[in-house]
Amino acid sequence: MRDLTYREAVREALGEELRRDKSVFLLGEDIAEYSGAYKVTQGLLEEFGRERIRNTNLAESAIAGAALGAALVGTRPVAEIMYIDFSLLALDQIFNQIAKFRYMTGGMVKVPLVIRTQGGGGKAAGLHHSQSLEALYTHIPGLIVVMPSTPYDAKGLLKSSIRDDNPVIFIEHKGLYNESGPVPEEEYMIPLGKAEVKRQGKDITAVAYSKSLLLTLKAAETLEKYGISLEVIDPRTLKPLDQDTILNSVEKTSRLMIVHEACKTGGFGAEIAAIVAEKGIDYLDAPIKRVAALDSPIPFNPRLEDYVLPNENDIIKGAFELTGKEIPAELKLG
Amino acid sequence: MQKIGSEKLKEIFIKMLRIRAFEERAIAEYRKGILPGFIHSSIGQEAIPSSVCAFLRDDDYILTTHRGHGDIIAKGAKFDKMMAELYAKETGYNKGRGGSMHIVAADLNMLGATAIVGAGVPIASGVALGCKMQNLDRVTVCFTGDAATCTGAFHEGVGLAAIWNLPVIFVVENNQYGMSTPVKYYCKLEQLSDRAKAYGIPGVTVDGNDAEAIANVASEAIDRARKDGGPTLIDAITYRYYGHHMGDPGTSYRTKEEIEEWKRHDPIERFQGRLLKAKVITKSEIQEIQASINRELDEAVKFAMESPEPRIEDALNNIYCPSA
Ligand SMILES: Cc1ncc(C[n+]2csc(CCOP(=O)(O)OP(=O)(O)O)c2C)c(N)n1
Ligand SMILES: [Mg+2]
Repeated sequence: MRDLTYREAVREALGEELRRDKSVFLLGEDIAEYSGAYKVTQGLLEEFGRERIRNTNLAESAIAGAALGAALVGTRPVAEIMYIDFSLLALDQIFNQIAKFRYMTGGMVKVPLVIRTQGGGGKAAGLHHSQSLEALYTHIPGLIVVMPSTPYDAKGLLKSSIRDDNPVIFIEHKGLYNESGPVPEEEYMIPLGKAEVKRQGKDITAVAYSKSLLLTLKAAETLEKYGISLEVIDPRTLKPLDQDTILNSVEKTSRLMIVHEACKTGGFGAEIAAIVAEKGIDYLDAPIKRVAALDSPIPFNPRLEDYVLPNENDIIKGAFELTGKEIPAELKLG
Repeated sequence: MQKIGSEKLKEIFIKMLRIRAFEERAIAEYRKGILPGFIHSSIGQEAIPSSVCAFLRDDDYILTTHRGHGDIIAKGAKFDKMMAELYAKETGYNKGRGGSMHIVAADLNMLGATAIVGAGVPIASGVALGCKMQNLDRVTVCFTGDAATCTGAFHEGVGLAAIWNLPVIFVVENNQYGMSTPVKYYCKLEQLSDRAKAYGIPGVTVDGNDAEAIANVASEAIDRARKDGGPTLIDAITYRYYGHHMGDPGTSYRTKEEIEEWKRHDPIERFQGRLLKAKVITKSEIQEIQASINRELDEAVKFAMESPEPRIEDALNNIYCPSA
């Protein structure tokens, strides 16, 4: 199987769906010749033309609202919001209009649209270009929220998102675009709402998504050497959440850790923890552990940013704490 | 049109030289790979903030954008604290927490750059409101990009300033592109100043590479605002020489010819020619000024490099102020 970057995988999904279904089109800021801030849409203008690769004006609320309007009358818009930080300017359209339209009409209409955006830190991009805001979206009934971690998942989930008749918030991570991984040449889809066990293990269930999944897998390798076995689960879709896969794993491991880049208070980890507390408290042999960013805006200074964001060592430390084992000095976790 | 005295003209020119030199140094530092984050260069646009800020008092306010170095320097910001901020150091204007797109110099009544396009506009209206309510005869200038005039925040913010007759001037630094999107594509109006009609306030388009022309327009708008005559929208047409930020070559959506053509209308060269001809300044004076700016920049870079990083222990400071 060939390898693709995450960026290429997203691009390929867009290209395939644009080719397959004439009603699919893209709209967003600087997505045509500029190809978006992270060059995801490169080459699509050449193949599909300006009617279907539409540069908008600088107006996030118009992007989201127009996507809704167009979706109501039979097209399937894929909107791009350059940074999830800017999606805050479109929240009336997304929360009040898009999320509620079908319900409000008693199911008379469908809202088949995708809003692609990207978040996350690690690039010294500063306070307005680095946030992880997925929990805002998972709070709103009517939205599907997808956060892929690998090129394979990004492609398969984006194709499903475009074909789904519900509004999907598809959140990429700027720190993943250059990551490569195997992606088959033949067409495939990944169903929304299905988690995947990314690594089998027996001691701790670690739920992680987006870039945090990669950190967790790396930490799991280190932990394995010290006799702690992580079962790493990527929910991939945060809403609807595949609760069974998580609960089954916790039943097996008796311990739960959740890792995400968003700050801890009110983060999606709280939701996962609450679900396990509600439905699987008897499985647990240890308190639930959340590894998340500190409750801080994202500082520009790279050292401070590193400090605020969760890293591999935080996961390793968390795992030792959960198992009650002594952290070996040679690990130098500080 | 009022006549602008030669001292004022010189002041404007020096501001322009300072901005150009700082931006060039910032780019040079960035290219060494030592500056984190993004840099949005304002080279080519220096005449606008220089001419506008020359008519502001120290206690007047400005707000700016992600491309704000020039505006901030024109308001009097110090090179060392700016450079230290680009270096993400504790001695920077924002103690390294903000970076190029977020510089705030509260001591200069420079209330900040924002990286959210358009966000500064309603804030500027609020600053003007606060001044008016406290009977301070201060004026607020809100610098914004051209594409920012598409945002809801712009329309809402200017609209509010209009109905409350607030002492604020909206200065559009119209470099004719929002990232890759040309103004002709995103706006159907002849000129962006026509947007002012929608709010019933004066709007004027001016050659943003002509320092004197801007000075005339700006001084009139500032006077009017100070005398409770309400807001003005100034659309100053200019051009950025570099890409959107240093990672963008800026050539996938603009031709080399277009860029070269605009460089022939360089605001500094034009103004310098005029000032030399009018004997407002001499060649050797200019050389001295430039040498002194360069020394100041050398020191600023040294200061930035030698300054300490923020301490990890302080990472969570200032998210809240202490409760009463
Ligand atoms: C609300 C928002 N949308 C999009 C962006 C991404 N972005 C940053 S600058 C920019 C273009 C701004 O154009 P303009 O207002 O003309 O200012 P210029 O960069 O030309 O100085 C865009 C789209 C942003 N920072 N904020
Ligand atoms: Mg512009």
